[in-house]
Amino acid sequence: MEPIRFTLNSKTVEVRAAPETPLLWVVREHLKLTGTKYGCGVGLCGACTVHVEGHAARSCQTLLSGVARKHVTTIEGLSAKGDHPLQQAWLDLQVPQCGYCQPGQIMQAAALLATTKNPSRDEIIRHMNGNICRCGAYPRIVKAIERAAQLNRLT
Amino acid sequence: MAEGVSRRSFIGGAAGLTFALSLPGFSRAEFGASVAAGEMTAKRIGAWVTIGTDGAIAIANPAAEMGQGSFTGLTMIFAEELDADWARVMPFTPPPIATVYGNPGLGGELVTVGSRSVRGYWNLIRLQAASIRRVLMQAAADKWAVPLGELHTEPSMVVHSSSNRRFSYGEIAGFASVPASMPTIDRSDLKRTVDYRILGHATPRFDLPDKVTGAATFGIDVQVPNMVYASVLRCPVEGAGPDSVDDGGALAVPGVLKVVSMKHAVGVVGETVEAAFAGREALKVTWTHMAADSYNSAEGMKNFLARAANLDDEGAVYSAQGDADGEFAKSAKVVRAQYSSEYVYHAQMEPLNITASVSLGGDAAEIWVGTQGATATVATAAAFLNTGAENINLHQCYLGGGFGRRRTPDLVPDALVLSQVMQRPVKLLWTREQDIKSANLRPMTAHRIEAALDARGSITGWRHRIVAESVAAYRGGETAIEGAKGLDGLVLEGAKHEYAIPNQSIVYLRERRGVGLGAWRGLGAGPNKFVIESFIDELAAAQKADPVAFRLGLLKSNPRATRVIEAVAEKSQWGKSPPSDRALGMAYGQIVESYVAAVGEISLDRKTGVIRAHKIWIAIDPGVIVNPDSVLAQTEGNVIFGLSHALKEQVSIIGGRVQQSNFHDYPVLRMAEIPEIDIELLPTDNPPTGVGEAALPLIAPSIGNALFRLTGKRVRGLPLSPQRIKAG
Repeated sequence: MEPIRFTLNSKTVEVRAAPETPLLWVVREHLKLTGTKYGCGVGLCGACTVHVEGHAARSCQTLLSGVARKHVTTIEGLSAKGDHPLQQAWLDLQVPQCGYCQPGQIMQAAALLATTKNPSRDEIIRHMNGNICRCGAYPRIVKAIERAAQLNRLT
Repeated sequence: MAEGVSRRSFIGGAAGLTFALSLPGFSRAEFGASVAAGEMTAKRIGAWVTIGTDGAIAIANPAAEMGQGSFTGLTMIFAEELDADWARVMPFTPPPIATVYGNPGLGGELVTVGSRSVRGYWNLIRLQAASIRRVLMQAAADKWAVPLGELHTEPSMVVHSSSNRRFSYGEIAGFASVPASMPTIDRSDLKRTVDYRILGHATPRFDLPDKVTGAATFGIDVQVPNMVYASVLRCPVEGAGPDSVDDGGALAVPGVLKVVSMKHAVGVVGETVEAAFAGREALKVTWTHMAADSYNSAEGMKNFLARAANLDDEGAVYSAQGDADGEFAKSAKVVRAQYSSEYVYHAQMEPLNITASVSLGGDAAEIWVGTQGATATVATAAAFLNTGAENINLHQCYLGGGFGRRRTPDLVPDALVLSQVMQRPVKLLWTREQDIKSANLRPMTAHRIEAALDARGSITGWRHRIVAESVAAYRGGETAIEGAKGLDGLVLEGAKHEYAIPNQSIVYLRERRGVGLGAWRGLGAGPNKFVIESFIDELAAAQKADPVAFRLGLLKSNPRATRVIEAVAEKSQWGKSPPSDRALGMAYGQIVESYVAAVGEISLDRKTGVIRAHKIWIAIDPGVIVNPDSVLAQTEGNVIFGLSHALKEQVSIIGGRVQQSNFHDYPVLRMAEIPEIDIELLPTDNPPTGVGEAALPLIAPSIGNALFRLTGKRVRGLPLSPQRIKAG
């Protein structure tokens, strides 16, 4: 099996796995970055959200072959010290409950803030609606994204 | 979890004082009682706290952390009574020794359910901490040769004011020893509410920093050297086993190592998770036949409703007060209705999983799992391996949602078998589809409810008949329900109410359909409060009374109930009319001992039958509030989980098989559907009561009652789905 090479959190990695392997299992189990979560396996819940070339992608629906030579970022690579404005805002507002879906929520939100500096509440909800939080942290997620956008503007 | 906060690195190698003594042959319940009775002198205490000479304090926290915040809340209670410096405190998960750490509010078991962590451990933890504080003070008194009574404590500091001397707890840990018998403490020695420094203050949770970086270890994240992966195809009908297995396709998948036929499942083990999953998909299995093969839930509902209406079928009496039957016989008027609720699924975000490693001798195992039922997990594994509980090493992990599903250790036997066969550690991971197909459902229910009114319109009689399968019997076998006189406290949760009605009867009629059942957030209070609070609204409407005034009239001798209802009515401007296309609905209940009132404001798309909830107000009195921000977060979660349950959630069963398979056909509430939420916390000095599932059961009736006020139509089944609303 030929190794497939891509950039993961700014480091080049090589993976020997079938090209049709979902990126989710590649990052979680082959490369042991377990912040990216398995929730539904069919792209309905968003728990597995990562960035591919800076865009939010469901890693359970992204094949290993599809990220060859591309840049992938997971929650572990979002910031150097866990201090991305979203992560700060998430702690300021004590967003997570069980916390399982939160890496996916944060990665989905980060993709929004990367392109929209000052999203409206409606834009936030439209962008985030594919991410399920069973605990019901949604109101705090919305507020934390608004707060992170504010923190971004201040810096 | 213990590993997550790195207890070892926290208390380092520093010498210190560990209150770590054995408690041989002494049950937790007895211990709690003797402590409360002030008989602690001759008793030893368990391993609750270690104080380092550097002042670091590690506190045992036996509750599983599944988002409810107990990992922080219980630690706050301990630290408050120890008078510890909160900045130096860190919780750790102790080993699952029920005799030491079991919940006195749950029969001494290590189990995290029923919104019972804070209320169950409240007295035990405070008395433990107070006795340890007393030991520290006594050690300082001895050192200074002053009377104990001249000392007081400040955060992590024992102080002798008159000589202006002070010892930090860390300093004391350097010279003190644990006395052979702990000092006698009774409740009058405990801090008064007004003196709290930690309780009642919004406190950031210990577990959240790791939960925003991806570093938190949930069960699914466990990685063990030499581990292989397993996926299982479980029996599609509860209780069945594999009849014939064609594993040719599975074994042809690259990376598949083995196919193992088990009692209720076929397991596929692979070098990778993707191999194990692909192998499972290639399996061809036929299953043994079960009586439940012919069960259809839609048919079942008709039978349940018919049984509820058949008064010749007496059932088991859950609650009897006065003479309900006599009162109905002489009543001037009877109001009667039939209600129902469908099966629901937990849909916790982390599908079930477990990692197990059985010793080569087969008489010991390590298990990594996020579980609500630590005692049950250890006991199941020990029984399965025919070994002692001390040979099961359980590593508790964070839970990606519990809601009752992670109480049942149903993955344990499969994981042990697979590890034994492979002679390697095995990580068993259910797919979302398997998680739904093999759910522990909250049972479907049917209700006949009626009220007798006298000539003046006063309610003098109340009869409620509840038909459902038994969760207790599914979980604990027939003895579990026989021992309880045919009653199931889980299904009947919330069936009693506080309305002043002199003659009442509540009856349980048990059904058997062979379905896999379990506790679901709020248990029976979900359906029961929907029925009771909808029906109270019907009674108010029948008398042309205002629903708030009507409830207050029936709760005159209940000041805590009155307070939450009045508060939520005021906040929601109950008396004022909302815009013409909207309506308000109200519900009240005492749930998990807390007093809760809810008002929902909705509109309805009359073409599609879709309800839109715009705003939900909650007022809650949970007694003493430990961590206000956690109570708010839990209550926000209750509103959203409760609204999801009210509007959309339903599992249907055909041929004994769950029909739903993923979030497309078991949709849960998404962000675009959430209402504005307004919560008023109304703490009192009463002992803390439940929060984790307190408000949830009131959301459905508040929505249903608003729907009635908006349309004049009463919908008597859950969920309040478009199909049901349009069918009317």
